[in-house]
Amino acid sequence: MNSAHNTNTSGSNSAGHDHDHDHDDDHGGASQSTFKGYMTGFVLAVILTAIPFWLVMGKVLPNSNITGLVILAIAAVQIVVHMVYFLHMNTRSEGGWSLLALAFTVVLLVIMLSGSIWVMYHLNTNMMPHTLHDMKNMP
Amino acid sequence: MTAITFPVINGALAGQDAVANPDNQRFYVAGEHHPQNGTLLGFWLYLMSDCLIFAVLFAVYAVVGRSYAAGPSGAELFNLPLVALNTAMLLLSSITYGFAILEMQRRRVKSVLAWLAVTGLLGCAFIGLELYEFAHLIGEGAVPQRSAFLSAFFTLVGTHGLHVAFGILWLVVLMVQVNRGGLVAENRRRLMCLSMFWHFLDVIWIGVFTFVYLMGSLP
Repeated sequence: MNSAHNTNTSGSNSAGHDHDHDHDDDHGGASQSTFKGYMTGFVLAVILTAIPFWLVMGKVLPNSNITGLVILAIAAVQIVVHMVYFLHMNTRSEGGWSLLALAFTVVLLVIMLSGSIWVMYHLNTNMMPHTLHDMKNMP
Repeated sequence: MTAITFPVINGALAGQDAVANPDNQRFYVAGEHHPQNGTLLGFWLYLMSDCLIFAVLFAVYAVVGRSYAAGPSGAELFNLPLVALNTAMLLLSSITYGFAILEMQRRRVKSVLAWLAVTGLLGCAFIGLELYEFAHLIGEGAVPQRSAFLSAFFTLVGTHGLHVAFGILWLVVLMVQVNRGGLVAENRRRLMCLSMFWHFLDVIWIGVFTFVYLMGSLP
C-alpha cells in the first residue's frame, strides 16, 4: 500500500499533503478523460469515415482527382479529431512537450513525403524513355 | 524546490525499499520542474518515431502505388465493403478502449477487464478480416512479388496489422497484470501507454484506408 502511495507523490503539489492524489498522475497534467469527450470523438470519427467510403463506393463525384483531394482532406480532419478526443492532445499535456514532438514529427513527415513524391514523380517523367524511338537514341 | 521520491524514478522495486525504510528514499532536487509522468512522454516519443516508419512506407506506396507491372490494380483487387467492416472494427475497438480508461478512472477492475476483453476481440476480428483479405489476394495470384504496387501494399498494410497483433498481445498481458495487481499506479500507467498505442494505430489506419484502399479504388 505504502509503495503505491509513494509512487503517486511527485511534483510540486506534494509538499503540503501526502495523501493519494490519483487524479493528477494519470495523464501527466492533462485533463481527465470523459465519456462525453470519447463519444464526441467517436461520433465525429464515424461521420468522417462514412463520408469518404460513400463518396468512393457511390461514385458521387464525377472526377477522380476531386474525390481524391476531398477524401484526403476528410482524413486529415479525422486524424485531428482522433488526436484531440482519443489521444487527448492539447497544448498543456506533458507541459507542451508532446505537442512539440508532434510538431517536429509533422515537419519531418511533410518534408519526407512531399520531397519523395516530388523527386520520384519528376524522375519518372523525365528519365523514363517514352517511346521506342527514344529508347533507341539513348546514350 | 521540488520533492521527488525515489520510487517515481525506479518503479516497483524501489517502492519496496521505500516500505522498509521510507526516510532514506526521499531526497530533494532543486531545479526544473519535470513533466509529472515521464513514461507517457517517452512513449509518445516512441509513437512519433513509429509514425516516421509508417510515413516512409506511405511514401514508398505513394511512389510505386500505381506501378502494376501489367498485374492487377487496386481497383480490381480491393473489396471495399470488407475494408469498411475492418475500419468499423478498429474504430469500435478504439471507443471500447476509451470506455476501459473511463472505468479505470473509477477504479472498477471488473469493468476495465470486460472492456479490455471487448477491445481485444474487436482487434482479433480486425486481424482475422485482414488475414482473410490477404489470403484471398494471394489465392488470386496477387502476391507481394507480383508488382511494386503489391510489394508496397503488403508491406504497409502488413506492418500496420503486425502492430495491431502486438497490441493485442500487450493487451492480454496487461489484462493478466490488472487481474493480479489491480489498478495500482503502475498498471494505470501501462493502460495509458497502451491507450496511446491503440488510438495511434487507429490514426494510422485512417491513412491506410483513405490513401491505399479508397484512393486506390478510384478510376
